[in-house]
Amino acid sequence: MRPLRLTVVTAAAAATVLAAMTGCTQKSKDMKGDGGSGAIQVVAKDDSCEVSKKEFPAGKIELAVENKGSKVTEVYVLFPDDRIVTERENIGPGTKADLTAEIKAGSYEIACKPGMKGDGIRQKITVTGGGAAAQRSPEKDTAVAAYRTYVREQAEQTLPKAQVFADAVKAGDLEAAKKAYAPSRIGWERTEPVAESFGDIDPMVDLREDGVEESGKPWTGWHRLEKALWQDKKIGDEEKKLADTLMKDLNTWVKKVGTAEITPSSMANGAKELLDEVATGKVTGEEERYSHTDLVDFKANVEGAEKAYTLLKPITSKTDPKLTESLDKQFAALNKLLDKHRPNTSSYEFTSYDKVSKADRKELSDGVNALAEPLSKLAAAVTK
Amino acid sequence: MTEEVNSPSPSRRSVIGWGGVGLALGAAAAGGTAVVLTRSTDEDAPETAASGGAAVPFHGPHQAGIATAVPDRLHFAAFDVTTKDRAELVQLLKDWTAAAARLTAGHAVGEGAYGGQPEAPPDDTGEALGLKPSRLTLTIGFGPSLFDGRFGLKDKRPAALVDLPKFPGDNLDAARSGGDLCVQACADDPQVAVHAIRNLARIGFGKVAVRWSQLGFGKTSSTTPDAQTPRNLFGFKDGTRNIAGTDDASLDKHVWASEKDGAAWMAGGSYLVARRIRMNIETWDRTSLQEQEDVFGRDKGEGAAVGKSKEHDEPLLKAMLPTSHVRLAHPDSNSGARMLRRGYSFTDGTDGLGRLDAGLFFLAYQRDARDAFIPVQRNLARSDALNEYIQHVGSAHFAVPPGVRDKDDWWGRALFS
Repeated sequence: MRPLRLTVVTAAAAATVLAAMTGCTQKSKDMKGDGGSGAIQVVAKDDSCEVSKKEFPAGKIELAVENKGSKVTEVYVLFPDDRIVTERENIGPGTKADLTAEIKAGSYEIACKPGMKGDGIRQKITVTGGGAAAQRSPEKDTAVAAYRTYVREQAEQTLPKAQVFADAVKAGDLEAAKKAYAPSRIGWERTEPVAESFGDIDPMVDLREDGVEESGKPWTGWHRLEKALWQDKKIGDEEKKLADTLMKDLNTWVKKVGTAEITPSSMANGAKELLDEVATGKVTGEEERYSHTDLVDFKANVEGAEKAYTLLKPITSKTDPKLTESLDKQFAALNKLLDKHRPNTSSYEFTSYDKVSKADRKELSDGVNALAEPLSKLAAAVTK
Repeated sequence: MTEEVNSPSPSRRSVIGWGGVGLALGAAAAGGTAVVLTRSTDEDAPETAASGGAAVPFHGPHQAGIATAVPDRLHFAAFDVTTKDRAELVQLLKDWTAAAARLTAGHAVGEGAYGGQPEAPPDDTGEALGLKPSRLTLTIGFGPSLFDGRFGLKDKRPAALVDLPKFPGDNLDAARSGGDLCVQACADDPQVAVHAIRNLARIGFGKVAVRWSQLGFGKTSSTTPDAQTPRNLFGFKDGTRNIAGTDDASLDKHVWASEKDGAAWMAGGSYLVARRIRMNIETWDRTSLQEQEDVFGRDKGEGAAVGKSKEHDEPLLKAMLPTSHVRLAHPDSNSGARMLRRGYSFTDGTDGLGRLDAGLFFLAYQRDARDAFIPVQRNLARSDALNEYIQHVGSAHFAVPPGVRDKDDWWGRALFS
């Protein structure tokens, strides 16, 4: 992360979508939903998700959920791009729960997730009336939905890896903790701009020492532990507690990640910001100043940027084919450069950055500039 | 006004008087909205232009930035070509040429610094908005390494574009030497020079990478002998006998390459030697006036040669010490060799030992370095008393192609065609 964050990546770009769920002043004419019962009935079972009504007017809606299955379930109302309108977790077998939301006209999905895993069982619903949410092309919705899945998966896959790291710290095992450190950060680094959009989590888990305010909160997160492991070379009670704090904060991230505002332009800007991260933090060796695992973060940043780009490519290959050609070329070139610094391309073990020569650092920096310059034009290409 | 002024892109001058442009306007307001490009062909036009910060014509038989008047600020950049694709390099040279024509006329590059698609970063970086053209010149050169075979140019390498030999006392830093390409930006306003290099570098990302660059302040030689001779950081006048920009005969003889010299594509071009010369400022400052004057062979105040009273009096070399700088560098000591010097003083702050990291960024244009810089520098490196106070730490040699003739021409066309 940057020592002091100046912008929240995704919030502004998503303002139009946000309007779909807030600020709706129009009173619903049909507070009662389905006749006298008032609410839309949702019956969740282990293999089905029954909805009593699939079309209703815009306004305040109420969902009455009953879990008739054998597993704990979750129920979501989702935008076409999979962003969450509202959700309810932990609905036990045989129990009931209610959800409410202000909702504008448009297409949505209701999803039941038995076992609280996967994409869930979906039902399409249509909300009619005025004040429709801004329509996006299906192509863009597909890109955003796929990126949302990617972001969620990265967050979910981070937890077990971070747990290995936290457990090693708590066991006081210095070497095991050092080994588990960089792998625990990959999912985070791949999707960092989304994580940064939840302003509070990033400074708790990824703050560098230079970003710590003297009178501010105590320094927590990965880099605090990095310093203990590599610089101080010891694990004390404080560090063991901080390992638990890290896990707690990462769990919050995983929970929040589905609610992130994601738009095609925030994806494009996020990709560019990942390269900014590389340019200002990794190429300089500032990010991992004690562990020198900068190239692992570097690779993860590039992978995350490439994922966003790849998902947007069906759009940009039409609006700006020259840009697409240039980005394909420069992503390939930078990945090739990075491969020079890992003995095995199927592993994430890279050369320690303090062993990377000045000439090689310049070569990497030139590669970053070569990619970041065209990448800065991606957002314009998706909004054309 | 030229047609460029009416182009859709905002020019730096055309925005003067705008509300939203910001702080830069304060300075520009005095100069006012009535600044008009000086497009005179009169030889002394550049000097006249200095006060108005006007534009130096970009098109012509020779590149501007050689014989044109020397403004006080420099940003010089050497680039490595990173693409392996000849066509991509050619396209870059065309893009650079188009940008250079706009920049030197005081316009923003591309679609300008504002007013474009809000989701896209602006084409121009914007820091020169509201500033005058400031006699900006942009001059390109091609280094020996460009002809190594990557771009099919091996046969085009001019014989004169030699790898410079190692001279005694050289302590060259490879990271501050060489380069496939160079661009010299000279301007009255440092911000205009830096803006130009920055924007060219940006256009070049992915095709070229900056290898090294040097900022310079305070010209140490001029091409306008009627003006006061500038001084270098040793406090001495420098370039008293430099080739004047109006001296066509000397320019043809010593500076401009001719078709007869071997490389036809270089006709009207020149060869540039750049040397970063670090000065041991502190030890020099502790040197007695007598010794300082002996080292140079001229007096410090007037700049007159030993035994003479005026700066421009013909020097009597035999009256100077055999190791004096002026004697050793003089054409008469070097079979008549002359160069057009347009170097700059530099300081890059301090060196970490509490001393100024300063010196002379030597730039010299010549028809063939084998007859000019190389023999002169051999002479100096061997015997110059000044060597005690200087060290050459960076070095580069470039073939500077002829001028861009018109709007359809581009930097290096003759080389790549």
